[in-house]
Amino acid sequence: MFVFAIFALFIAMVLVLVRLYAGPTLYDRVLAVNSFGTHTVLFIGVIGFLTGRPDFLDIALLYALINFVGTIAILKYFRYRAIGDVHQRPTDREIGH
Amino acid sequence: MSALEIIINLLSWFFIVSGSVFVVIGAVGTIRFPDFWSRLHAASITDSAGMILLVIGMCLQAGPTLVTVKLLIIGVFLFITGPTSTHAVANAALVTGLRPPEAEGLIGAEPEPIKPEGDDDA
Amino acid sequence: MRNIGIAIVFFALWLLMSGIFEPFIIGLGAASVLLTLFITSRMDAQDGDRVDLLLAPVKYTKYLAWLMLEIARANWAVTKIILARDMPIRQHLFKTPYTQKTDVGQVIFANSITLTPGTITVETEDGHFLVHAVSYSEDDPDALADMDARITACETAGGA
Repeated sequence: MFVFAIFALFIAMVLVLVRLYAGPTLYDRVLAVNSFGTHTVLFIGVIGFLTGRPDFLDIALLYALINFVGTIAILKYFRYRAIGDVHQRPTDREIGH
Repeated sequence: MSALEIIINLLSWFFIVSGSVFVVIGAVGTIRFPDFWSRLHAASITDSAGMILLVIGMCLQAGPTLVTVKLLIIGVFLFITGPTSTHAVANAALVTGLRPPEAEGLIGAEPEPIKPEGDDDA
Repeated sequence: MRNIGIAIVFFALWLLMSGIFEPFIIGLGAASVLLTLFITSRMDAQDGDRVDLLLAPVKYTKYLAWLMLEIARANWAVTKIILARDMPIRQHLFKTPYTQKTDVGQVIFANSITLTPGTITVETEDGHFLVHAVSYSEDDPDALADMDARITACETAGGA
């Protein structure tokens, strides 16, 4: 059963990687990275069960945290061109590009 | 092996296998859908159905131990952050000017223009 | 009072995550809980931003159960679209008004919309959300208004 789950997750991860490579827009790639992270969390968890070492779940939890913070940080950078304090919002919408 | 164990085993089989199927379907959706906005929905299948079913299946397999608690914490965490990061991706795309293609006969709502001076919640 | 509650939650989390009940490890846990409390109280002094969970527990649990059913149904619908040969996509971006008074209620509504595949909250504006649907049908706004009413019913007090 866990072998089946591992195979399914592996196939899904390969498909998401194809999307990551193909793009075409920047946001497709961010979405693919985020989705890949979710797959990885589940993958690590299932591997822990498959090898009988549930301690892997700690790593999975940590990976989930890092994945979320990383995605938000990347998107914040794209939107404001800065990671730290943001005082000025972009006016792209007014320019309408 | 008692009858209860067999039932729990069968249930966790069902949950893990169907969760895996949903994960693959979500990934297939991210490949098949034609544009970014529809791919968001495919990715959220993995985030909701695939994740929930897999975590429930693994919980049943682990039984009443600390492992189940950890799995539930992971599940709750992904349950909250999954939609949040999906929303962040969609919102960043909208703000930078990407608009979803509207179906025939439908007119999409336009977001309100952001005031240039910005506000505190930025 | 609030700090004691936070400390109990953090310490319970530590015990559940570590699973080792030796005096030394538990002492480390207590030390890290104290450190975290120190940092959070400093952060609170900095911005004074607090989140209050003004939710009715029983009603909210019922809502979560209903949400699970809704997620299952929406997943099935999007799965059929993905696996269909011609992929009947009908994308639409529309406005959905919200009636929740509290921030937490609005967050729950927006996250519930995004959690059900097929609809995604794209932007939050005053009084309404922008929602993107992958296969829009004319009764989608009514379904979302129903979800909105259910969450508003969970709120116990009308905060700011």
